[in-house]
Amino acid sequence: MLEFTFSVILENLLLATRWTILLSLIAFVLGGVVGLIVLFARVSHSRALRTLTIGYIELFQGTPLLMQLFLFFFGVALLGVEVSPWVAASLALTFWTSAFLAEIWRGCVEAIPKGQWEASESLAMTYTEQMRHVILPQALRIAVAPTVGFSVQVIKGTALASVIGFVELTKAGTMLNNATFRPFLVYTLVALIYFALCFPLSWYSKRLEGRLNVAR
Amino acid sequence: MLYQMNFGDLLPYWQVLARGLLFTVVLTLVSTVAGIFVGTAGAWARTFGPKWAGTCVSIYVELIRNTPFIVQLFFIFFGLPAIGVKMGEAEAAFLAMTINLGAYSTEIIRAGIQAVPYGHLEAGSSLAMSRWEIFRHIVLKQAFMKVYPALSSQIVIVMLGSAVVSQISAEDLTYAANYIQSRNFRAFEVYLVVTGIYLALAIALRALLRGIARAVFPKG
Repeated sequence: MLEFTFSVILENLLLATRWTILLSLIAFVLGGVVGLIVLFARVSHSRALRTLTIGYIELFQGTPLLMQLFLFFFGVALLGVEVSPWVAASLALTFWTSAFLAEIWRGCVEAIPKGQWEASESLAMTYTEQMRHVILPQALRIAVAPTVGFSVQVIKGTALASVIGFVELTKAGTMLNNATFRPFLVYTLVALIYFALCFPLSWYSKRLEGRLNVAR
Repeated sequence: MLYQMNFGDLLPYWQVLARGLLFTVVLTLVSTVAGIFVGTAGAWARTFGPKWAGTCVSIYVELIRNTPFIVQLFFIFFGLPAIGVKMGEAEAAFLAMTINLGAYSTEIIRAGIQAVPYGHLEAGSSLAMSRWEIFRHIVLKQAFMKVYPALSSQIVIVMLGSAVVSQISAEDLTYAANYIQSRNFRAFEVYLVVTGIYLALAIALRALLRGIARAVFPKG
């Protein structure tokens, strides 16, 4: 029989951390791509597009991530497709992330002086050209710190994927607890691993923020 | 084959939903008040308190802000009993929510306190106000006015996060949804309706917080 020593517990948790990291990366990268599309619509000239994206953002920011996970998990299954926790978790976290990133980036875009829009428009640039060459490069500078800060929320968000049976760090902790009956040790380790993942990002985000304030 | 939605199967369970909703509302209100109280004390410790207290509070804030709420909840509900601290699922939910919001609001309120100009403190002490009076009447009031929007959105985030307490069987709205779908197998419909309720709750909570701001803070 397998003996659950401290090192076995730690090893299993660290192995599961891989899936937390991978799911976070998927959600963050795909969420960033979708978020960029949402951002373009959110700050566009079309009122209909703007209203639509406001609704989209409100929908994902105004409901619990846990519910979104359930809806994707049970909802996609209704289409007759077998959903793995991987697919459901990736989808839910991607859309959730995209809504938050779009809203963060909107703030950065709106911080760009109006004159920049007018100047580029007077150079006969199209909306996409304005965004691509004038607005986004400037907005990017102020967007980095809050974006890095939000990545911490994404990592913490992946913990909820455990609820739909995705075996990442939190789920592995629950399973190890069931096998060892040492909840204090297991959950302390789980928390510390999350802390080790998140704290450097939080710290880096704060440092970037400080540097930006000096530059201005 | 296309799936037929059926919301009618939810009707017999409306009382379950109502009880869950009530629990979520009470949980949010109580832990908001308690959490802001903790946050105010924490912010005081980090700005006016002794250095050791400030350091302790910083560690608390960073630990909570850099770990998932669900892990904090599991730690309190499953981990603490192992070292002799036992509590029911509702108590654990209240405690976890309070500790969580306490950490976030410490940071938010601290930012507000640091934004109060130093001259205001000097003006207070030249009027022979005690340190406590200065903190209470000059610093805290202005700090809250400044950070109220940030605090409000954090409260909404915490309310939405409270869905997680269903995982330790605290009987909130999400718990009700899980219960109903295990009875009538209408998972998608139940979660859709409950998601709608959460959305309405978020919108109502934001309106309530705006109303409080209008009533408490004078214009300008």
